[in-house]
Amino acid sequence: MTNKNSNWDLSPAPESTGHISLNDHYGVFIDGEFRTPAHGNRFQSINPSTGELLAEITESSAEDVDQAVAAARKAFSGEWSKIGGRERGKYLYRLARMLQEKSREFAVIESLDGGKPIRESRDVDVPLAAAHLFYYAGWADKISYAFPNRNPKPVGVAGQIIPWNFPLLMAAWKIAPALATGNTVVLKPAETTSLTALKLAELIQEAGFPPGVVNIVTGHGDVGAAIVNHDDVDKVAFTGSTEVGKLIQKSIAGTNKRCTLELGGKAANIVFDDAAIDQAVEGIVNGIYFNQGHVCCAGSRLFVQESIHDELIAKLKHRMGTLIVGDPMDKNTDVGAINSREQLATIEHYIEVGKQEGAEFYQTDCELPQQGFWCRPTLFTDVAQSNRIAQEEIFGPVLAVQTFRTVAEVIKKANNTPYGLSAGVWTDKGSKIFNMTSQMKAGVVWANTYNLFDPASPFGGYKESGFGREGGLHGLSAYLEI
Amino acid sequence: MDDSNKNSSENERLEVLKTYKMYIDGKFPRTESARFYQPVVNGSTLGNVCLASRKDVRNAVVAARSAQASWARRSAYNRAQILYRIAEMLEGRSQQFIDELVRQGVGTADAEKQVAESIDRLIYYAGWCDKFQQIFSSVNPVASSHFNFSTLEPVGVVFTVASRDCPLLGLVSLVAPVIASGNTCVVLASENGPLSAITFAEVLATSDVPGGVVNILTGRIEELHEHFSRHLDVNAIACDRLGVALNTKIKEFASENIKRVKIYDQDWSVEASANPYLIQDFCEVKTTWHPIEQISETGAAY
Amino acid sequence: MNQRQSAHVFSSPAIDQVGVVERAKRFTARSIKNEAKMKGLEMVLSMIDLTTLEGMDTEGKVKQLCYKAQHLHDSIEGLPNVAAVCVYPNFVGLAKRVLAGSDIKVASVATAFPSGNSSLEIKLADVAMAVSEGADEIDMVISRGRFHHGDYNFVFDEIAAVKAACGSARLKTILETGELGSLDKVRLASDIAIAAGADFIKTSTGKIQPAATMPVTLVMLEAIRDHFQKTGLMVGMKPAGGISKAKLALHYLIMVKETLGNDWLDPKWFRFGASSLANDVLMQIAKQQTGAYQAANYFAVD
Repeated sequence: MTNKNSNWDLSPAPESTGHISLNDHYGVFIDGEFRTPAHGNRFQSINPSTGELLAEITESSAEDVDQAVAAARKAFSGEWSKIGGRERGKYLYRLARMLQEKSREFAVIESLDGGKPIRESRDVDVPLAAAHLFYYAGWADKISYAFPNRNPKPVGVAGQIIPWNFPLLMAAWKIAPALATGNTVVLKPAETTSLTALKLAELIQEAGFPPGVVNIVTGHGDVGAAIVNHDDVDKVAFTGSTEVGKLIQKSIAGTNKRCTLELGGKAANIVFDDAAIDQAVEGIVNGIYFNQGHVCCAGSRLFVQESIHDELIAKLKHRMGTLIVGDPMDKNTDVGAINSREQLATIEHYIEVGKQEGAEFYQTDCELPQQGFWCRPTLFTDVAQSNRIAQEEIFGPVLAVQTFRTVAEVIKKANNTPYGLSAGVWTDKGSKIFNMTSQMKAGVVWANTYNLFDPASPFGGYKESGFGREGGLHGLSAYLEI
Repeated sequence: MDDSNKNSSENERLEVLKTYKMYIDGKFPRTESARFYQPVVNGSTLGNVCLASRKDVRNAVVAARSAQASWARRSAYNRAQILYRIAEMLEGRSQQFIDELVRQGVGTADAEKQVAESIDRLIYYAGWCDKFQQIFSSVNPVASSHFNFSTLEPVGVVFTVASRDCPLLGLVSLVAPVIASGNTCVVLASENGPLSAITFAEVLATSDVPGGVVNILTGRIEELHEHFSRHLDVNAIACDRLGVALNTKIKEFASENIKRVKIYDQDWSVEASANPYLIQDFCEVKTTWHPIEQISETGAAY
Repeated sequence: MNQRQSAHVFSSPAIDQVGVVERAKRFTARSIKNEAKMKGLEMVLSMIDLTTLEGMDTEGKVKQLCYKAQHLHDSIEGLPNVAAVCVYPNFVGLAKRVLAGSDIKVASVATAFPSGNSSLEIKLADVAMAVSEGADEIDMVISRGRFHHGDYNFVFDEIAAVKAACGSARLKTILETGELGSLDKVRLASDIAIAAGADFIKTSTGKIQPAATMPVTLVMLEAIRDHFQKTGLMVGMKPAGGISKAKLALHYLIMVKETLGNDWLDPKWFRFGASSLANDVLMQIAKQQTGAYQAANYFAVD
């Protein structure tokens, strides 16, 4: 029988971009209001899947940062410290609810601005952001229960700097625990993805937060540095590269500022021969191709027990072939646009390095759009621990596969990295799971799953992946004097 | 023979002076540099004390690193008993510690109190070894069908700078919580009061503490701080306030591998200065996820 | 039978139920619009095994079903026919006569359907009768009791014997996944059935809840895929029971496409065992054509 259905392909299913409101340009959010600084310096925020201009964003000056910190200080010494935990919690609850109400608008803007698939913004980023606000809202009046025999106090003004890979979610991760514990905030989103943070500022305004509790300044790295080094900032919370994390730690060494760092990673995802192999393949795909691989905890090093290597790689390639790469606004897109031209150049550089190092290169053959920044899901097999693509964080959809023979060998190799953010283990044997998860020098270990996040679940790294935890009870202490 | 016996009974007996050594990997080497310094207290020197070098720091860190995994793997109950054993040994030699503290310039009453408090502090943390995990761990109610829990794990190798002014109790107050969770450490003894640290090493050596778990150096912080705070195999640093300049330098160097640096500003003689939060300070929180199959008495949800 | 040996022969990969459920859910996030939707809906129609398996089945009921199979909704031109009608063995001859001249297959359940609790002789006689009456396809049930007892060789041998009795008729092997208790067992039963010669594997009789679900079907599709990877031989898949909505059926097709590939999007290799699905699909097709939402009263129930 001839197969008349052999080319059943999905038709385009674009998410409508109506019903969102974006301004032509944005000022900075200070003391409860949007201000347009007199210096008038702006930069462009573009849609990485088309190259089109979305809005102009303010390049904040040191003076703007000064004003933001002053507003945060005023709010901290004023109303925010006086209203009590229960009322603080109610503000956060209200914000969580309003974000849920406007979830579609936030998801669309997040995908337009950052290039991530609408399915992920809609099903992961925005709901998780709301969940974080909701979770920490409930802590606001219960903090004493979290620290037996202590009398925790808020730290003061928190300077928070977040990355471009989960713009809204990272804003929620930072703001929620800081506010719940009674601090005030000056937050800087990443320069390529400021829009949802600014939309969140509108929501904060709409929710009626006291002025100055949350202040948002936009711009590049020097704005972040101005926050970090501001004398009146009591605490620095940074998510980003290990390189910048080290600079921050060094630059505040002479101060008493508190600091938490959530930095890079090069996670081992380990598959044993007794694993549920099809679910492992799924976990590998989620581990490295989720959010174009722009994930600090991405499972970028795959360790496969040698006896199942060929079978697993065949399955993995088959699964990679079903990934739809393209328009982030299409509801069927699995892998969206690379966040920026610079990041694409970095990824392409590493792909070249991998090829030169002699690893076996494989990419799916999907078509890519003409405009914008794109990278096909990429696989390197025959990789050795000594290869750079197995050691350095690429922050893209590039997986380096190594084989191993024994438990001892893979523990050694998995931990053989300066990073320690996350790890994955796949095996059907309970005692092996507990051994492996306890041996991994990593802050988050996913056993028989990967890349899951929850507001109740602490997240953060060992070693050069940073210190401090975000999420859960353990995420509170970053913002408290205990 | 008779003459010599007569001689010694007639004259005052010649005191046997102690050669002060350091404590690395369960052994008592002198500094590889063969250098020494002479701490002076109230006009008299305490003796020829080893002046640790960069290489001594390196050797001590190597020893601490190689001891760490197996120390952490011991049961919490076992670590508790070993900490308790340190206290027992210290108790048995308390008079020696009191004498040495006095030699180091502490008043007798204070010295007695400091030794007693050191013993009690060890017992306090011995008790925490198999309990702190229950205080600081959590089972986290995630929204998906996963069992999710967070536990504390030791950070690894901790470089500890003992209190200048509180040479025994200050040292014990940091070392005990650091090793309680399974860390190993290198301790730089109080520069002015190194004798207590050296004698404490002798206590450790007879207390079932495996070699390398606690390593004790004597020397000068100004000389050594760069070596330990830049050492890439040191995970964390514990010290008292050492002055802004020194603390800043340590923290700057520490940033080279994102070391955790904890600087304490407390009176170690106060009982409240001992608490399990110090144990937590040198632990990492590890969160583990695992699926929970969804099949119940009413059948499967698949 | 040596059970240890049989367990060894049939070793199937482990299945993690939560992971399967998560993956199955991902297929439902696919958005199927416009042309793809229309084509998909028509495919669904062409893959339906229109089924009546009731104790009160009569000649009249079977005739009406066969008529419906050929005239799904004549007011819409160009609709495909369903793939087959599925009846008890004693109605096979009648169905063949009514469907003569169409390319609609007649499938018959057999082997002491639905429990499968009888002797091999009687099961084979059941099959022989249906085949002699002209059945194109035989839907057998596996012996779940023997399967749970661990007699995997028995289950294998029985399927192989039924396959031999089928002659040129194609064999669909019903695992009755709702009685197997776990996805690991579903996978094991799939592997046994495929190895024993089944042309199709099928989830359910329709008499037990839960019947077909996406996770169960996914596990079976993966067994088919692995067999194909190893041997190059295709095996068909038939989820049965519980699929009554067009949208859900389209999700199944996405699952087939992404798990097995487009080659399986063909009535020869994929079927829906369903009685009420066809009308919902017809309503969706009419809606696509007219733009107006439809009501059940405009579509014939047979």
